[in-house]
Amino acid sequence: MRHLLSAADLTRAEAIEILDTAETMAQTQSREIKKLPPLRGMTVVNLFFEDSTRTRISFEAAAKRLSADVINFSAKGSSVSKGESLKDTAQTLAAMGADAVVIRHPASGAPHRLATAGWIDTPVINAGDGMHQHPTQALLDAFTMRRRRHGAATTGTDLAGARVVIVGDVLHSRVARSNVDLLATLGADVVLVAPPTLLPVGAEVWPCALSYDLDATIAEHTPDAIMMLRVQRERMSSAGGGFFPSPMEYSRRYGLDGARLRALPDHAIVMHPGPMNRGLEISAQAADSARSTVVEQVSNGVAVRMAVLYLLLAGGRSSERNAQ
Amino acid sequence: MSTSYLIRGAALLGGERSDLLLADGVIAAAGPDAAAQATADAITLDGEGLVALPGLVDLHTHLREPGREDAETVYSGTRAAALGGFTCVHAMANTDPVADTAGVVEQVWRLGNEAGWAEVRPVGAVTVGLDGEHLAELGAMADSAARVRVFSDDGKCVWDPVLMRRALEYVKAFDGVIAQHAQEPRLTEGALMHEGVVSAELGLTGWPAVAEEAVIARDVLLAEHVGSRIHICHLSTAGSVDIVRWAKARGIDVTAEVTPHHLILTDESVRGYDPQFKVNPPLRTAADVAAVRAGLADGTIDIVATDHAPHAAQDKDCEFAAAAFGMTGLETALSVVAETMVNDDANDFGWADVARVMSTAPARIGRVAGQGGALRVGEPANLTLVDPDARWTVDPARLRTASDNTPFAGRELPTRVVATFWRGAATVLDGEPQPDGAR
Ligand SMILES: [Zn+2]
Repeated sequence: MRHLLSAADLTRAEAIEILDTAETMAQTQSREIKKLPPLRGMTVVNLFFEDSTRTRISFEAAAKRLSADVINFSAKGSSVSKGESLKDTAQTLAAMGADAVVIRHPASGAPHRLATAGWIDTPVINAGDGMHQHPTQALLDAFTMRRRRHGAATTGTDLAGARVVIVGDVLHSRVARSNVDLLATLGADVVLVAPPTLLPVGAEVWPCALSYDLDATIAEHTPDAIMMLRVQRERMSSAGGGFFPSPMEYSRRYGLDGARLRALPDHAIVMHPGPMNRGLEISAQAADSARSTVVEQVSNGVAVRMAVLYLLLAGGRSSERNAQ
Repeated sequence: MSTSYLIRGAALLGGERSDLLLADGVIAAAGPDAAAQATADAITLDGEGLVALPGLVDLHTHLREPGREDAETVYSGTRAAALGGFTCVHAMANTDPVADTAGVVEQVWRLGNEAGWAEVRPVGAVTVGLDGEHLAELGAMADSAARVRVFSDDGKCVWDPVLMRRALEYVKAFDGVIAQHAQEPRLTEGALMHEGVVSAELGLTGWPAVAEEAVIARDVLLAEHVGSRIHICHLSTAGSVDIVRWAKARGIDVTAEVTPHHLILTDESVRGYDPQFKVNPPLRTAADVAAVRAGLADGTIDIVATDHAPHAAQDKDCEFAAAAFGMTGLETALSVVAETMVNDDANDFGWADVARVMSTAPARIGRVAGQGGALRVGEPANLTLVDPDARWTVDPARLRTASDNTPFAGRELPTRVVATFWRGAATVLDGEPQPDGAR
C-alpha cells in the first residue's frame, strides 16, 4: 500500500492490518506518555482545501504522537485563493520535504490526481474528497464497530454478519461511499436509507441494500449499528438543489428521534461522523444517549490515523532499510 | 502553373483502382487518360495500397482564434486538419470575441485563407455573445464574405424554446441551419461526467442522458412545426439515436453528428480522474457507444464531426472538476472511424460510407460548394489518400495541433493519412505537412 485514496482499494487483509495496528496504537494512548518514536524526522503535510478543523487536528495529533513534524497548509488565506493550482501547491510542499501528504479537497478525485499525475512522488492520504471517499472515516467507524462487537479480542477479526444501517444524504456523502465499500469488504450487511432524491443514480449496483423507509428498515433489519449522516439544511432550498421540502419533513421521515431510538435493538449503537445537526438528522436524546459512540469515534479516529501513517511511512522505511 | 500530381493506382473510396491527375485545382483526368495527359513536370505518387477519399469536411472544429491562441490558432488548427485528411473545417463560434458579427466571421474566414491549409467555414453564433437571449445578426453573417450557413451557440444550448423557434425560422431565408448543442442547462448544473454507475462511485456530479434527449425531442418537434431543418451536434446517447430515428421516419428535416470519441470511449475511462477524458457531452456507457455506432451505420446519424477542442496544458493538468471540457480530434478522427466502423465487422461500413459521413454529408449540411464531391473528372481536387493498413501509436507531442489534450495518448490506431490535396495543392505529402511556400 503506497497511498490511501479509497476504502474500495483495501483488501480484507489490508483493512484488518490497519484495524489491528490501530488497536495497538490505541493501547499506547492510554499511557501517560503518548508519544511514540517511529516517524521521528519525518514531515507530514496536512493540505486542507476545505475547512475541517476536526479532521485536520485528528491527523495532526496522529502524526505528532508518532513523532513526525507537521506542516498545516490551509487554502484559506493562502496562495490557492489567489489562483495557484493544486499542482503548484503540491510541488511546493513536496520541495519542502514532505514525506506524506494528507489532503482534504472539495473536488472528488483530487487526492487521486495528486497520487497519479506525476506531480509529486509522495504517499498521499485522502482525508476526504468531494462526494467521493473519506477512507480514514470508514476505518475509524469499522474500528468502533469491531470493538463493540468483539470486545477485547478484536485482533484479526472482521465484521462478518454485522448489520449496519446508514441514513441520510448518501448522494453527497463520501462517508457513505467509504463505509459501503469497507463494510462490504469486512463482511457486514449494510442498508442505506435515504429519500430517493438523496440516493445517487447508479447506487443500485453498490454492495448494499437501498431503502426509502427508515422505520421499516429498523424493524426488519434490526441493526447492530445505525449511522446518521450529516444533512446540510441548504439542500432543501432550490439553489441548493431542492432535495427535500423542509427540515421538519426530513426530520420526521429520516431523523433519529426518540421513538426510533427505542425501536432499535438493545445492543445497537448510534454513530455519527460529526459535526451533528441536532434536531435535524439526530435528536439530542439520541446524540446524548448511552448508545451514542460519537465521542468514541473521535478518539478512535486518532488511533486509526496513527495506524495509517505508520503503515504508509514506517512500513516503507523498514522495507527500504531491509533492501539496503 | 501550379504543380500537378499524378496518383497511380489508388483505390477510389476503397473500391476500383484508378490513376488520378490533379492539375489546375481540379481532377483533370482519371483512368488511363491520367498518365496520358500528365505533363512531364507532374509529380507522380504511388497510390498502391492506398484509399482515395474526397477531402474530409469537419462540421465542428474549435480553432480558438481569436482569443485563445495559446491553445490553437487558425493556422495550427487547419494544419492539424490537413494532417487528419480534412480539406474543410467549420470553425465554431465560441471564440473571444464570439463570432456573432460579420466582422468576426470574416476575420476567421480570412485567417483561414491566409493559412492555406484547408477551407475555413466560420460558424456564426445564434445569439449575441452566446447569451441565449438576443438573436445575433444571422443575416449579416450569411451575406458576409464568409457566407455563413451553419449557426450554433455550441458550448451552450439554445435553451429558450421561443428563441430556438425564431432562429430555426429566421435562417430559412438564406438556407441556413441551426446546429444545436443539446444540453438542458438546469439538469446539468455542475455536471462533470455521465450520470450512472461510474459517477455514483466516483462522486462526480452526473450529466444525465435525459438532459440531451429532452432538448433533441423538443427541437425536432419545433423544426417540424416551423418547417425548418435542424442539425444536432455531438449526439451521444442511445435515447438520442432513437429520437432522431423517429424524427426522420416522420419526415422531419433533421441531421445529426457523432464525435469519434463517442464512438470509442466510455465513462469507464473517467475512473482514473484524468481530465483528458473530461468532455461535453460526456463519455457515455458501452450501450450508448453500441447505439451510436449502429445509428451511424444505418444512417440515423448523418456524419462524424470531431468537436476538436484544444486546451492549454494548465487547463487539463489539474483536478477533474477544475479542468476544461474537451479533447482534440482532427488528427485521430479518421483512425477512430476506421477502428470502430470499418474494421469492426459488426457494422457493414466501408470506405464509401466513410466518404459519405466525413465528407459528402457534412459538406451538404454546411452548404459548402466544392467540397465533398465525387472523385470525378472536373471536380475540385480536394482529396486525401490514406493507408488503411498502417498502424500508429498516438504521441501527443507529435500531433500538430497546438494542444496536447488527446484522450488517445499511447493508444495504437489503424489507418494513416498519407497525403491531402486542397484545391489541387498538396497540404500533406508522405504524412508530413508541406512548407508554406510549397503549397
Ligand atoms: Zn458542443
